[in-house]
Amino acid sequence: MIFGAIVAGGVGNRMNLSGLPKQFLPLGGSKKPIIIHTLEKFLMCEKFDYIYLGVHKDWTQYAEELIEKYNLKSEKIVIVAGGADRNSTIFNIIDAIEKQHGVSDGDVIVTHDAVRPFLTLRMINENIEAAKRCGACDTVIPAVDTIVESKSGKEITAIPNRKYLYQGQTPQSFDIKKLKKLYLDLSDEEKSRMTDACGVFVARNEPVELVMGDTFNMKITTVSDYKIAEAILGGMSE
Amino acid sequence: MINYVYQLVRPGIISIKYEDVCLGDEVIVKPTYMAVCHADQRYYLGKRDFNKLSSKLPMALIHECIGKVVHDPTGTYSVGDKVVLIPNIPPKSPSNVIYENYAKGSGFRSSGYDGFMREFVNLPVDRVVPYKCVKDSYMAITEFVSVGAHAINRFKKIAHSIKNSVGIWGDGSLAYTLACIIKKVFPGIKLTIVGKDAYKLSQFMFADDTFLAEDLPKDFNIDHAFECAGGEGSYYAIDDIIKHINPQGSVMLLGVSENKVAINTRDILEKGLTFIGCSRSGREDFENAVKYMQNETFAKRISRIIYEDKPVGTINDIHRVFQSDLNTPFKTVFKWNL
Repeated sequence: MIFGAIVAGGVGNRMNLSGLPKQFLPLGGSKKPIIIHTLEKFLMCEKFDYIYLGVHKDWTQYAEELIEKYNLKSEKIVIVAGGADRNSTIFNIIDAIEKQHGVSDGDVIVTHDAVRPFLTLRMINENIEAAKRCGACDTVIPAVDTIVESKSGKEITAIPNRKYLYQGQTPQSFDIKKLKKLYLDLSDEEKSRMTDACGVFVARNEPVELVMGDTFNMKITTVSDYKIAEAILGGMSE
Repeated sequence: MINYVYQLVRPGIISIKYEDVCLGDEVIVKPTYMAVCHADQRYYLGKRDFNKLSSKLPMALIHECIGKVVHDPTGTYSVGDKVVLIPNIPPKSPSNVIYENYAKGSGFRSSGYDGFMREFVNLPVDRVVPYKCVKDSYMAITEFVSVGAHAINRFKKIAHSIKNSVGIWGDGSLAYTLACIIKKVFPGIKLTIVGKDAYKLSQFMFADDTFLAEDLPKDFNIDHAFECAGGEGSYYAIDDIIKHINPQGSVMLLGVSENKVAINTRDILEKGLTFIGCSRSGREDFENAVKYMQNETFAKRISRIIYEDKPVGTINDIHRVFQSDLNTPFKTVFKWNL
């Protein structure tokens, strides 16, 4: 089976635009919340058997009401309480999948940040294919700026060759059984350092295929991002 | 949902417009195959009047497109159903007399409105026509076939009942498609093709006769004629038709010309000819086109003028398709992976 997993576990509000977590802010002419734009794009992919939304436990009811308000309610959509960080939200979703459907060989999960509403169906489809083929994949775009490394924060310690560097986006997709097996193999210390689910594979030298993203598949995390996203869609909502 | 619209902003330059699409009461279709039309190519190359071009761009090109339904709030279609997309936008108050493609207040996608080069296309439910069991790459040119179907529909209604012989002037894709339709709808009719290119004419092997325009016998005559030359060829084609058509014949004009064309009105009056302009098509014509395409012989004949280019997965691929189309004599189709 193929599962979508939209990760929206946060409650932090760096936006100072409202009391809402950023994934619930209105975007575009329709003023639909960001998470609804993202969910609608997932719903356009017929390959998904179920789409899980990992939402902070304080906001699950709100998310349910939103889904109802935008006439998206269906058995295909499941809301799950998120965890303390991105990875734990993903594993809460995997736990729910195991309880509700069981996990078989070859089952795939496509994880995506709720606050990246500019993803395309192409990215989703290519993620599914890559995860089936390779076991894991990451959506990326080639790095445009020169990246410098500084361990002290004061002086450059290295300038990696840009042609080997990419910026990570989402979706990130995985063979569920493989992801869980590798994750359980990690020590608590390794888990705490792991901010990115692809890192679980990299830490155990397992391959992660690259899927090409898009510059505009941006993550809306700051007021500037939000203004840019609004401008891209034709205007800023007040 | 945020939709990607691939717009021509200036000749040869494609840019993405991000559009907020509501999942309201319209059908959402994921385009799967598209075909290039001369009109798209003229926009792409900037071969349109400057004022026309500036008033229409930026705009997504392509009006020949098929796709799969991904969302239908009306319940008419299931997810995954294959459909042909209708680019014509009928007026708000449709008429029982005037065809939707000529009606005042009607519009057309890829001429003043965004065409189908988009990630998803949202359309009213009556703007899609379902199909089954035909190769997608063939179905990509259904809109083109529907233009021929429209001309035939009007021909049936307007031309007088003596329909023993028909001539088509032109040897391009439209002439070929029309010839296929005529042979299907009027199997007993004597069909002659008059063209300029011996190679292209050789494709019309199912026609009863073919002539290079300069070799047309003086005593050649037909009951009715279809002009599919267009461009600079329109003048010569129309002049030939007036010369060789029998009295009271109907002349169906389908070729597009950017410039005005001088016509021998004296002989039109003398022969009592009827000239009928045909352009674009409406839902009824699409339904007929799908029926034609579902006939195996017809689909195989049509497939001879289809060149399938490599799939489009990037903006660079869009440029490649328009370049390929310049080098192919007939219709360029391609899979849409964006």
